[in-house]
Amino acid sequence: MATVNNDIKTYKGFRAITLLCLLVLYAPLVIVTIYSFNASASITNWEGLSFRWYADVFTGPESDKFKVAAFNSFTIAIMAATASTTIATLAATAMVRGGKFKLRTVSFGLISLPLMVPEIVTAVATLIFFNSIGFTRGYLTILVAHIAFCIPFAYLPISARMQGIEDSFEQAAMDLYATKRQAFTKVLMPLMAPGIISGFLLAFIVSLDDFIITNFVKGAGVETLPTAIFGSVKQGIKPNIMAISTMLLSFSIVMVTISYFVSKSDNTK
Amino acid sequence: MAAGAASGGSATTDTYKEARNWLLLPSWAVLGIFVLAPVCMMLVYSFLTKEFRGGVIWEPSLAAYDQFFFDRGLFGDEPAKIEWTYITIFWRSIWQAGAATLLSLVIGFPTAYFIATRPERVRPFWVFLITIPYWVNLLIRTVSMKFLLRDQGPLNDFLIGTGLIDSPIHIVNTNFAVQLGLFYSYLPFMVLPIYAAVERYNFSLSEAAADLYAPKWVTLRRIVLPAIKPGVIAGCILVFVPSMGSFLAPDLLGGAKNFMIGSLIEEQFKGNAGNWPFGAAASMILLTMVLIILLIFARQQSKAENGGS
Amino acid sequence: MSERMSNAIDVRNAVKRYGDFTALKRISLTIKDNEFFTLLGPSGCGKTTLLRMIAGFEDVTEGEILLYGDEIEKLPPHQRPVNTVFQNYALFPHMTILENVAFGLEMRGKSKSEARTRAGEMLELVQLSQFAARKPSQLSGGQQQRVALARALAPQPKVLLLDEPLSALDLKLRKAMQLELKHLQRETGITFIFVTHDQEEALTMSDRIAVMSAGEMQQLGSPTEIYEQPRNMFVADFIGETNLLEVSVDQVMNGRAVCHLGGGHALTCNSVEGINVGAKVHMSVRPERLFTTDVPVEGEALKGRVVENIFVGTDISTIVDLAEGPQFIVRTSNSERGNKRIFEPGSEIFVNMELGAGRLLVD
Repeated sequence: MATVNNDIKTYKGFRAITLLCLLVLYAPLVIVTIYSFNASASITNWEGLSFRWYADVFTGPESDKFKVAAFNSFTIAIMAATASTTIATLAATAMVRGGKFKLRTVSFGLISLPLMVPEIVTAVATLIFFNSIGFTRGYLTILVAHIAFCIPFAYLPISARMQGIEDSFEQAAMDLYATKRQAFTKVLMPLMAPGIISGFLLAFIVSLDDFIITNFVKGAGVETLPTAIFGSVKQGIKPNIMAISTMLLSFSIVMVTISYFVSKSDNTK
Repeated sequence: MAAGAASGGSATTDTYKEARNWLLLPSWAVLGIFVLAPVCMMLVYSFLTKEFRGGVIWEPSLAAYDQFFFDRGLFGDEPAKIEWTYITIFWRSIWQAGAATLLSLVIGFPTAYFIATRPERVRPFWVFLITIPYWVNLLIRTVSMKFLLRDQGPLNDFLIGTGLIDSPIHIVNTNFAVQLGLFYSYLPFMVLPIYAAVERYNFSLSEAAADLYAPKWVTLRRIVLPAIKPGVIAGCILVFVPSMGSFLAPDLLGGAKNFMIGSLIEEQFKGNAGNWPFGAAASMILLTMVLIILLIFARQQSKAENGGS
Repeated sequence: MSERMSNAIDVRNAVKRYGDFTALKRISLTIKDNEFFTLLGPSGCGKTTLLRMIAGFEDVTEGEILLYGDEIEKLPPHQRPVNTVFQNYALFPHMTILENVAFGLEMRGKSKSEARTRAGEMLELVQLSQFAARKPSQLSGGQQQRVALARALAPQPKVLLLDEPLSALDLKLRKAMQLELKHLQRETGITFIFVTHDQEEALTMSDRIAVMSAGEMQQLGSPTEIYEQPRNMFVADFIGETNLLEVSVDQVMNGRAVCHLGGGHALTCNSVEGINVGAKVHMSVRPERLFTTDVPVEGEALKGRVVENIFVGTDISTIVDLAEGPQFIVRTSNSERGNKRIFEPGSEIFVNMELGAGRLLVD
């Protein structure tokens, strides 16, 4: 029975294409990771295993630049993810538990606006906006821009999660004499936790990774890791860039993996 | 029951109806002020006069759009001809995005289909494998791709080492490199909607087709594909739209010959050569194109949903 | 206690509208103290809406709901001293069984330890003490059901609302739970309002039943009344199996009516008020109140031919075609097979009706 079923579903060659697809997706990352351990100062020749370039990232001539950039990146990412997750949680509560209302579609459009508008357009618009109100570009403008465009990334997993939670849990709480606020904090929020955590992590990574918008609104002298890396790469790929890239990509993969397992732990069942 | 549908359903409920406006206020404020207002401001800027060191002079002008579409000679006194420079760049962007979309479809469709037909327990893991690279910094991914594809890079080393080729293949700074970069940037957007559609697809339809003597590939074309078409279209849009306005892949992998809209816009806001109104106008034209595509898509999707069952 | 106070629930002219759709069309009913009351009807009839209005999850569009004399229809759910056993139980998945049961007590201001002690007692009552520390997902459906019950009973509500609580259980467990619920209701002395679409369940458990359809109450009465004296077509058809026949009334006298079935067949049955000679109405007769014989027992025996015998475990249903008349279903209990004959298909037989078994219905 099972084999017959499988036979109808599967097509020859699809598995091979899938594996090719994974190869294309992972090969560049794996290669860069390997070459980041290259002892050579040239990126072309392999001269044996070494942590030389990792040391260079922390102590080399560009280390000060990268330290400041990393500090900016991580502090902005933490603050932007916290703010956007809070805003997205409130918005999701209104959208999923607020009944039908006239502005629902408009609100949803507004929330998903940063996903629909091409990133470069958002970048230009944000730059123009700060310019027109006479706001000096720098750390703060990056933070504000990140909060705004991280909202949909936090919103999507949170609202998906909330839609998956039947409202009978909150009704049961209220039936058992909990006020609305208590039903929200004691029942809905704990059940929402996986969605909120994965929303936070996604917002965090999106903020950490952003290049285009940051590049437009950062102003002179303020760098985040992506803009610092881009500046470096413009003069050619150097081994220390590969080391820093490997660290950053490992960090992203760890975060996404955590998010994956958190969202898999379904505590409503 | 009817009452259940109106109140007990899980889609939308009204538990926090009274607090609704307060809950929405922060998102309205942040997105309204820092996304919607800026886009409006950009529209205004596209109709202003350029300042020579970046920025604008607050004088209404159609110069930006005029410059985009018409060539009036070096001093602006010749009869207007169509200006092909920017239209060509837009056209190249559309073409490149289209090619990247096609590449993503050719690889992404079998992948999505394959994943969706795995046992239910392992499917999330496959999806996870496909999406991980997406969460790695786009810049790092693009740089990695460039590193791999260079003339002296590992790919060419490998091919020469195995004796398949004698001299390196030039991939970087070609159209194909950009398409590959775009494919690499947005592949999950192709795979995920198709995956979702195939997962919802009722395979007893395939069985029925097989029972009625349809060969497998005919079943795929005549039965499966029509059923999952909305997912395929969604995937194509989701790859095409960001590809068109992309900046990193063309900039790092394409070189000067393969300029796309993203680079054109970026150039207007860098250094002293910039022309802010022109950059704003180009952004508006890009945004308009994207919104038109999304609108047509939304129309079709809702039509398909209403007429579907 | 005054007369009025002994009513647990008074629903007065309750109307519920969703936009243009009217889910409840002016319902009034009274549920007595210490009663096992059932709202019975097919899906979409408004029974759950009514229950949720009493619980406070649905606004009342018009009308009033009184709980022991106090108007409650404007109160939020957490201020109403009624508790609900939800259809899907709605046990909080992130809390243990004990925490679930203690939740309502804590919300009512009991100290944590006090709430836990009382919750422990409730778990003992439903024989689940050994599972106190588990999470709901680690329990079987039947156990979750009992936890839901314990949780709703723990704060000692004035009225317990049960929204199809047994529908997710398999048949055997459902039967056992029916008895257990009935027991619990007697033991605790709390008024139970039970919603179900299962007429057998309703007949088994209830003191009184309100049969609902299309947002209206069709009949209110004891299980026997509902079954034996259905007031209209809907009730007769919905409760149990019945032979519904179109008849014309030939004669009315002394509470009896002689009716004409077509094909020259006639039957005498109980009349109801408002029936006039010549009226075309429906008659309902339960299949177990009919029996077949090879010779007519009395004057009114109806001649027919056996089409089919269907064995359904405890009974045998015989389908009989009357000559030029309607079709009848006759049910013979297996325990009566000794003194009642089962005829082979094709046999020419007579259908006889117990006196007073037929009932005329005003639609």
